[in-house]
Amino acid sequence: MTKEEIKKTIVEAIYEIAPEHEGEEIPEKENLQESLEIDSYDFLNLLTALAEKPGVEVPEEDYGKVDTLEHMVDYFAERIK
Amino acid sequence: MIYKMPSLGADMESGILAEWKAKEGDTLKKGDVIADIETSKGVIEGEVYEDGKVEKIVAKEGVEYPVGTPLAVIRTEKDDDATIKKEIEETIAALSAPSGKEAQPQQEEEAMKTETAAESSASASEVPKSAAEEIFGTPAKAESRAEGERKPEVPVRVRATPLAKKRARELGVDLEELARKVHGKISAKDVEEAAKRMQQKGAVPSASKPDPMRMAIAAAMSRSNAEIPHYYLSTPINMTRALEWLRELNAKRSIKERILPAALMIRAVVKALQAVPELNGFWKEGPIVSPEIHPGIAIARRQGGLITPALIDAHEKNLDETMKALTDLIERTRGGKLTSSQMTRQTITITNLGDLGVEKVYGVIYPPQVALVGFGRIMERPWAEGDAIAVRKVVEASIAGDHRATDGRTGALFLAKLEKLLQKPEDLQ
Repeated sequence: MTKEEIKKTIVEAIYEIAPEHEGEEIPEKENLQESLEIDSYDFLNLLTALAEKPGVEVPEEDYGKVDTLEHMVDYFAERIK
Repeated sequence: MIYKMPSLGADMESGILAEWKAKEGDTLKKGDVIADIETSKGVIEGEVYEDGKVEKIVAKEGVEYPVGTPLAVIRTEKDDDATIKKEIEETIAALSAPSGKEAQPQQEEEAMKTETAAESSASASEVPKSAAEEIFGTPAKAESRAEGERKPEVPVRVRATPLAKKRARELGVDLEELARKVHGKISAKDVEEAAKRMQQKGAVPSASKPDPMRMAIAAAMSRSNAEIPHYYLSTPINMTRALEWLRELNAKRSIKERILPAALMIRAVVKALQAVPELNGFWKEGPIVSPEIHPGIAIARRQGGLITPALIDAHEKNLDETMKALTDLIERTRGGKLTSSQMTRQTITITNLGDLGVEKVYGVIYPPQVALVGFGRIMERPWAEGDAIAVRKVVEASIAGDHRATDGRTGALFLAKLEKLLQKPEDLQ
């Protein structure tokens, strides 16, 4: 998967768990939970969806590395290869 | 037995019968869903409270009916033919008179008659009256009747996406007005176009309409503040051990089985309530302690606002089951599909505004409950341990108690127990 494809998958997963943001531009460098007003339950749901596709499980200690869209894309890009 | 429009909380006046989930001839068991009911809090699954066969469905889908209106007749074991015949007649009579949103203002008087008929048959009623309603009655109903002008001339059913509702509030677009023009579900784009048209016409956008749910909550909370003498207590709890334990537990699990700190905290509250049961129950002319623990969990809806549906039988659940039930509750709240039991059986409220980043929560008790437990955000704070100061993960736990039922000492005992339980997370499994 290219970085572009990973980003697309993540954004689609975000629309899925927070449909009120559907069609909106997701800020790249802002904390996802804060900017999208999603709680820890939603965040876990997002990571669960991404564990299926692109298929990487994010352990809890890495939550800090997936706090923004940009970081999340990088995180998955590094582990998919 | 007559199935009536249920009261799903002290603040509910009426509901739209969205869809019948059972048909005539179906056999239902206690707890089965007979109809989907749309309220200001979303779609609720209306359950039956006795076993029986659906004898006659009278109410129409898509129509709004006041609480207590007969909707269908269910034959239970103890009903004979004469009773059923009488009940069917009664239901048809109640519904043939115009009522609810289909009523025209000049027919108000007849609508009131309908309601009286509905009330007089209250003895045969299986309407799950919320405990709150038993205490406060339904003053909201009387008020709205007195106002009168709240009924629009030609009512329409508004169907809009959550984003459309949000945009409508922001832009001051009247969704009911728009629903007359738009066929099908209103989208955010429809709202934005309507706002543009308003601007072009030079119309001044009206102040955005108050959200009906916001108003319903406000009404219940005003009564709470007026009638319940609240006391407030709070204490910081060191969560370092609990979170470390949870981290180790979750590391061994797949992502689908992970436990959120919220579930651990709910579990701790439930165990603390078993030690201090006086806070779990109601005030009905006197204190009533509930043997079962059904905490109402404050959950934010996507459309805005909070609902506090009950996590039923929390006292019988271990940590995994609590997390599962919490997941189900959040999904149902956000997907708009709670059950009538979840809407009416709360024995205490737990609110966790942690994700919004506040440090402390001082809640308002939801009557007739006698207590509310609040959690702030888990924060890193300086923490004294022995002679040293260390940085620890700390949560501020608070309790709002009803002074008629308990006093500060009860609340303090509860918080002390809660604190102790969270220091030994392995016992919360």
